[in-house]
Amino acid sequence: MRARMLTFTGQNSPVHRLTGAAKLIVFILWSVSAMITYDTRCLLAMLLLSLVVFRMSRVKFSDYAFVLYVILLFFMLNQIAIFVFSPLEGTRIYGSRHDLVHLVGRYTVTAEQLFYQLNVALKYAVVIPLAILFLLTTDPGEFAASLNRIGVNYKIAYAVSLALRYIPDIQRDYEQISFSAQARGIDLSRREKLPKRVKNMISILTPLILSSIERIERISAAMELRGFGAGRRRTWFRSRPFAFADWLAVGCVCAIAAASAVITFYDGSRFYSIF
Amino acid sequence: MARRNGLSIITVVAIGIGSALFVILGRFGSIPSGIPNTSIETTYALLALFSLLYGPVAGLLIGLIGHTLKDAIFYGSPWFSWVISSGLVGLIIGLASSRISIADGHFGRKEIITFNVAQVAANAIAWFAVAPLLDILIYAEPADKVFTQGLVAGAANMVTVGVIGTLLAAAFGKTRTKQGSLRKLN
Amino acid sequence: MSNTIIEFEHFSFTYRSQQEPTLRDVTLSIAAGEKVLIAGPSGSGKSTLAHCLNGLIPFVHKGTADGRLSIKGRDPRELSIAAVSGMVGTVLQDPDGQFVGLTVGEDIAFGLENRGVPLAEMNRRVTAAAAAVGIEELLGASPQELSGGQKQKTMLAGILALNTDILLFDEPLASLDPASGAQVIEWIDRIAQETGKTVILVEHRLEEVLHRPVDRIIVMEEGRIVADCPPAKLLASEVLTGARLREPLYLSALKYAGCTITEEMQPQHPDKLQLGEYQFARLREWQADRAGGLVYPVYQPLLELKEVTFSYGKRPMLQEVSLTAGKGEMLCIAGRNGAGKSTLSRLICGLYKPDSGRILLSGRDIGRDSVRERAQHIGYVMQNPNHMLSKHLLYDEIALGLRLRGFGEEEVREKVLKTLHICGLLPFREWPVSALSYGQKKRVTIASILVLEPEILILDEPTAGQDYGSYHEMMEFLLELQQRGITVIIITHDMHLMLEYAQRTVVLAGGRKLADGRPENVLADKGVMDSANLRETSLYSLARRAGFTEPAEFVRTFIHDDRRRRQ
Repeated sequence: MRARMLTFTGQNSPVHRLTGAAKLIVFILWSVSAMITYDTRCLLAMLLLSLVVFRMSRVKFSDYAFVLYVILLFFMLNQIAIFVFSPLEGTRIYGSRHDLVHLVGRYTVTAEQLFYQLNVALKYAVVIPLAILFLLTTDPGEFAASLNRIGVNYKIAYAVSLALRYIPDIQRDYEQISFSAQARGIDLSRREKLPKRVKNMISILTPLILSSIERIERISAAMELRGFGAGRRRTWFRSRPFAFADWLAVGCVCAIAAASAVITFYDGSRFYSIF
Repeated sequence: MARRNGLSIITVVAIGIGSALFVILGRFGSIPSGIPNTSIETTYALLALFSLLYGPVAGLLIGLIGHTLKDAIFYGSPWFSWVISSGLVGLIIGLASSRISIADGHFGRKEIITFNVAQVAANAIAWFAVAPLLDILIYAEPADKVFTQGLVAGAANMVTVGVIGTLLAAAFGKTRTKQGSLRKLN
Repeated sequence: MSNTIIEFEHFSFTYRSQQEPTLRDVTLSIAAGEKVLIAGPSGSGKSTLAHCLNGLIPFVHKGTADGRLSIKGRDPRELSIAAVSGMVGTVLQDPDGQFVGLTVGEDIAFGLENRGVPLAEMNRRVTAAAAAVGIEELLGASPQELSGGQKQKTMLAGILALNTDILLFDEPLASLDPASGAQVIEWIDRIAQETGKTVILVEHRLEEVLHRPVDRIIVMEEGRIVADCPPAKLLASEVLTGARLREPLYLSALKYAGCTITEEMQPQHPDKLQLGEYQFARLREWQADRAGGLVYPVYQPLLELKEVTFSYGKRPMLQEVSLTAGKGEMLCIAGRNGAGKSTLSRLICGLYKPDSGRILLSGRDIGRDSVRERAQHIGYVMQNPNHMLSKHLLYDEIALGLRLRGFGEEEVREKVLKTLHICGLLPFREWPVSALSYGQKKRVTIASILVLEPEILILDEPTAGQDYGSYHEMMEFLLELQQRGITVIIITHDMHLMLEYAQRTVVLAGGRKLADGRPENVLADKGVMDSANLRETSLYSLARRAGFTEPAEFVRTFIHDDRRRRQ
């Protein structure tokens, strides 16, 4: 039942040493750029760069291998779904049609479709290394401070920190509740039919959620007692001042974002065509 | 629940714990429905309940934070179009059901109808319109594909919240009822 | 009285949701630098009094107050909760609810962050506070890696970092094992002495708190103060007998032996206690009158674990553990966090499968039985009743397991009513579960398992967080079940429970079985106690002082006499 998750690995690398706030800004600008552009040249350049950064971080393959498989599976399914639903999407976008192989019915593989789907693939490939890297190299304790630093209200930033703090506790509660439910004869496995499974799930959700609501009351009383929310601002134990490397990273990502936007929209279209 | 500067502490904590629950239920609490690629995501029942209890801001942020963390921790990268839609579901349910004061323990027929009208509207807007449109805008995916996916997911979530969400809200309401007239029996 | 720091004058308080006042006409003053224990059973108003001090009343819990209250010359009701928390630092009983930081360091810093203390100063104060309670090595540890005692120390460091004048502890021992509890009491005492701060402890565990001296004990009952005097005077009086608080065990033993406790004997600590030949003679006489004649029943083996080994991933959790639980026996399992107690119960219930070794029930290997099949014979009751309750009405909650097994409503009704009767819940059968008290809810969870007629009942900390009265009720109830022939296995670190009720104690340490025998013998072994985070009870030291060569024998006599007197 215990699922593996991406968690902070405390190595020492240039990427680990960057402040959380700098990494957050890089990740956000990078993701937005990758979302906007459909320019193959930009995407390829960004992919290359993200792999270089990935190497620099020295994270271990075993720390993220399991998500890689999930991502690859999702990737394949999504590619197939795009083709099934819209085999001529590429032709529609690029306005030309070069048939390669005819399959059945309306399904024909075109060069435009392959190129379009390559671009879709690239868009994911560009974001994923940095997303994984962000999670593996950012200490969760620094995360809330970073959010607040980039302008998020401190209470909302602290809510994110609370979520990270209580995920393991709630997972433990969930495991214990489902354990005791099973011992009472509540079957959660696939053997049961759907309505029964839903019903059984409810008898786990009810105690989990009702006890969480009580927990919310206890935690907020404890936080009141410790003076949370009294001031307009708060300081953060885990905040760190920006170092040269942080400014450098933020500067680079701004430059990349600007360059990619200019290149992409130079000819008035998001899509770069080779046809 | 807003007070002093911005959010009250109980709302902040509800956002934190709600997001943590969203992550755990998003990972463990989904039941395959038997229809391929569609499952009963119990986590949306939780989102609906918390939006009802703690209001639209909490609903919005639980959707955004919970969904981002769930995608990030377990799947490596957040899928932003759906993250935003989850936030929207929480926001709309919170706004539309703000007249239900469940804290007093009253969750009868009238409240159930209001709650369900709210959740159906929220899910329809989020999954039938916003999520597919964002998919097209952000990822330039084919319209047919994303609208079909949205339709299936939205319908499944309406059923999930309609059944499980309503039952959870009723269960919560009952714990808050005034127990004035209880007598020991012999 | 110029140095009075806290003053209640004819103070009463009624919660908004209640009709009766919870505090009635309380008049109390505490001087700066004093160390005071506020004792009383659950519902006596002691926690409400604490909430009036730290500002939870009236800022979080609403109600109406009468009379005067001042802290450092100001009425907290006219301030804000943040201002009150600048004068009174509070440690609460639930370590998971108040530990909000992702690591020890962040949590200690939490109050400083909220006050906007600059980073450099914050670092200095956090390091100093951590060093003051001896957790400087743990600054980077997450709460999931900490024991209950380490979490409580983190809380203590958190209020020290804020440098408030008053330190308030609201049931700090509730979730701690005996050794960690003693340690926390020692740290509190050290800090009180070093800083001269005013310390207020709210607890019902008198003997445990008195491990280190306090200046004054205030006993509360039904919202009123019934005693307010130095510990020695209180212990020499009769107040405790009426107040549903457990008196220190060594004093009970002396009283049973016919000795009178006087203030001059210094009864507040077993090591300070002045005893002479007169008392020793009475003790020996009492022991001699009752020695021998105690016969212990022999139990038929019901559940047998044979060299069970289990690892979680690569981490070994249990190594070659063998143990037997007899039919109708009450067995306690003790050990510190991570010793393998909960792994053991999960193996028995079938949630985990052993890597090697066998588990037998009535001689039959149940290794291949599913969780559900084993549930016919073995019931498991969780520590937190709220984690088990999912139905609105008591009746439906108890019927749940039967309905899942496809019993007809007729039969369900019959079995549920019978179980309700056994559990003393029959008068509540039409009540919603949420209207019950914590102890009653706990009983409902036991009933919901009992209705399935298991032969073995495994309970995780059934008495944790309960006062003496509810502890006693719960244990007498379990004793009744045992007398009906049910095997009761209890995971606990309550040593008195083991001595008073169990026939056997098994101690686990580092995934291995360390001891297995009569509780009074196991609890006499210093090495075993240390590795299980238990502490020697005061009865043993009293027995040694009185010159008994077999302290276990003395403890047995005490338990026996204690039972007889309370029946």
